[in-house]
Amino acid sequence: MSTDNSQRNAISIRNLVVDYSQRRILSDVNLDIPMGQIMVIMGQSGAGKTTLLRCLLGLKKPTSGSLHILGTDIASASLREINKVRIQMGVAFQGGALFSSMSVAENIQLALREHTNLDEKTIEIMTRIKLDMVNMLPAEHLMPAELSGGMTKRAALARAIIMDPKLLFFDEPSAGLDPSTAAELDQLIITLKNTMRMTIVVVTHELDSIFKIADHIAVMSNGLIIETGTPQQITASTNPEIQGMLNRKPRETIVDTDTHLRRLTGGV
Amino acid sequence: MLKSIENIGAIVISSLEQTGRTFNLLLIVFWELLQPPYRLYPIVRQMYFIGARSLTLIIVSGVTIGMVLGLQFYNILERFGAVDLLGAGVALSVIRELGPVMTSLMVVGRAGSSITAELGIMRITEQVDALECMAISPGKFLIAPKLVAGLLSVPLLTMVFDFVALFGGYFVGVYMFGLPEGSYMNGMTDAIEWVDVRLGLVKSVIFGLLITLICCARGFYMHLGKAGSQGAEGVSSVTTDAVVMSSIAVLFSDFLIGALI
Amino acid sequence: MKRLNLQLLTGIFVMLGLAAFSYQAVTIGGGNFRQQPGYTLMARFDNISGLRPGGIIEAAGVRVGTVSKIEFDPDNYQAIVTLRINEGVPVQEDAIAAVRTQGIIGEKYIKLTAGGFPDLLSDGMQITETESAVSLEELVSKYIFSGSSE
Repeated sequence: MSTDNSQRNAISIRNLVVDYSQRRILSDVNLDIPMGQIMVIMGQSGAGKTTLLRCLLGLKKPTSGSLHILGTDIASASLREINKVRIQMGVAFQGGALFSSMSVAENIQLALREHTNLDEKTIEIMTRIKLDMVNMLPAEHLMPAELSGGMTKRAALARAIIMDPKLLFFDEPSAGLDPSTAAELDQLIITLKNTMRMTIVVVTHELDSIFKIADHIAVMSNGLIIETGTPQQITASTNPEIQGMLNRKPRETIVDTDTHLRRLTGGV
Repeated sequence: MLKSIENIGAIVISSLEQTGRTFNLLLIVFWELLQPPYRLYPIVRQMYFIGARSLTLIIVSGVTIGMVLGLQFYNILERFGAVDLLGAGVALSVIRELGPVMTSLMVVGRAGSSITAELGIMRITEQVDALECMAISPGKFLIAPKLVAGLLSVPLLTMVFDFVALFGGYFVGVYMFGLPEGSYMNGMTDAIEWVDVRLGLVKSVIFGLLITLICCARGFYMHLGKAGSQGAEGVSSVTTDAVVMSSIAVLFSDFLIGALI
Repeated sequence: MKRLNLQLLTGIFVMLGLAAFSYQAVTIGGGNFRQQPGYTLMARFDNISGLRPGGIIEAAGVRVGTVSKIEFDPDNYQAIVTLRINEGVPVQEDAIAAVRTQGIIGEKYIKLTAGGFPDLLSDGMQITETESAVSLEELVSKYIFSGSSE
């Protein structure tokens, strides 16, 4: 079953539970992410998106459950095995996470220098190709501090795809960007899927970009995945919480007046 | 009452945890250092930052300390009619104690604090996570060059400090108080043995490792600290902490080494 | 260019540090590892009070060697001192080795006084004529009771 699974699914998560200092962040998450498609994980702040992403990246050990990425169970693998998987993954972090002591080009080259024996000329050409893909060629020699928000995200994306990964993770691609730059990035993500056949996992809560890029959507709430499906299926969902998210309604807090009053006065 | 005992317990436990983490980091980094590939340039870069850029500070403070010592020792020795011992007094106190300790404290203030701040910022801006996701060990990539550079730079700086401090003492003794040149130099050469130079060297190597280790660990593990001290404020408090801790570590281990060797 | 500059400055820093270190180790430390050519002699003293390994050996006020080892002989209750004498410094069979003090509170050293015999001591032999350390009290009392010093 697992071999069959791993051929169709780049990632398959089973019964994932994460506790953090006696607080349950993720309770029983199950998710399959098919090869070559864009999966968007959406949900409100505090729903557990970031924790799920950190588990997928091998940065956080889950309390229990399994987490197969490209056939390896990240939850139980050793660091050496995790690193073998990581070489086939690219990650673009929310704030870019560019190394501030290195220029844009050096940032992008780092993985090549560390993991391959390519000569200087090849490394430079590969860097330029990736920079060109994200429209950043003129910024090659700038330092991260000199970049604007959108440029930082694009540089981070170029760094994430330098090793031609099978899997690309993108944390909040459009957060803090103006609409046109955000749209540009969305287009870039779709291009990457089409031209490089990458499996792309995007974590975001920006509705506009979700429906533009997603092949599949997983909706998270309170540490659980409450719905998965195509954008059409999600829009058609009858779950009130999802409808609330889609219609940008504030979260309803179901507390009766009495309890609320007691909370405000501190139980006096 | 019970609350304060609880607090003391919490402080003890957290500082034990911290010490454990710090030395665990040393073991990890040491192990990773033995694995290929070996790279020299990152170490040179850190030595430039920790060592070469500290030279002016070390030279200025070294000369000043040497002159102060010369002045004070002269005043004391003059009362006993033993000004011949000026060279010996300055040289012994500089080479055995003040050289390694002062240099280390200077390095803590100049380089140590910025090491902690740098690693702390890298941690909160997810740069450390990014490294891990690129399958690059942060221990080897970020910390190992700093540790090696600290281990090498502090002894070298100490030697420079010693040299200029002796010169400062010489200047005061010979040019200000008109001591015969030979008596200062001979006092120095006769009093200082290889064991003294070696003691200074051993101290500075240990201090160099200790301060870079503490400063690296505090910055690198800043996310494991007290909850509520994250972000920019967290970096600043962790930096202050690292400077205080490494200064105390230098002074305390100075006593220990002095007592043991 | 930037990289070269950085390496150059670091190189200068390392050379400076090493130079300062070798100055201390060789000139001041007068390193035991930089052993001058010479030979060793032994001497027995009843009392060396305060003489230490590394102490100076002087002849006519000139430094001619160092004390390399001090042992205790439990049979005779004496101190056996190993002296490292520089090459080219002859020590006669009846030369006298005396423990003396530099100044009043200064360090102890060994003063060599030439003898009259033509035969010279060679490596490993023993100086038979020795004078032990003179304590300040003894000196003072000697002066008071006999009216003359030494």
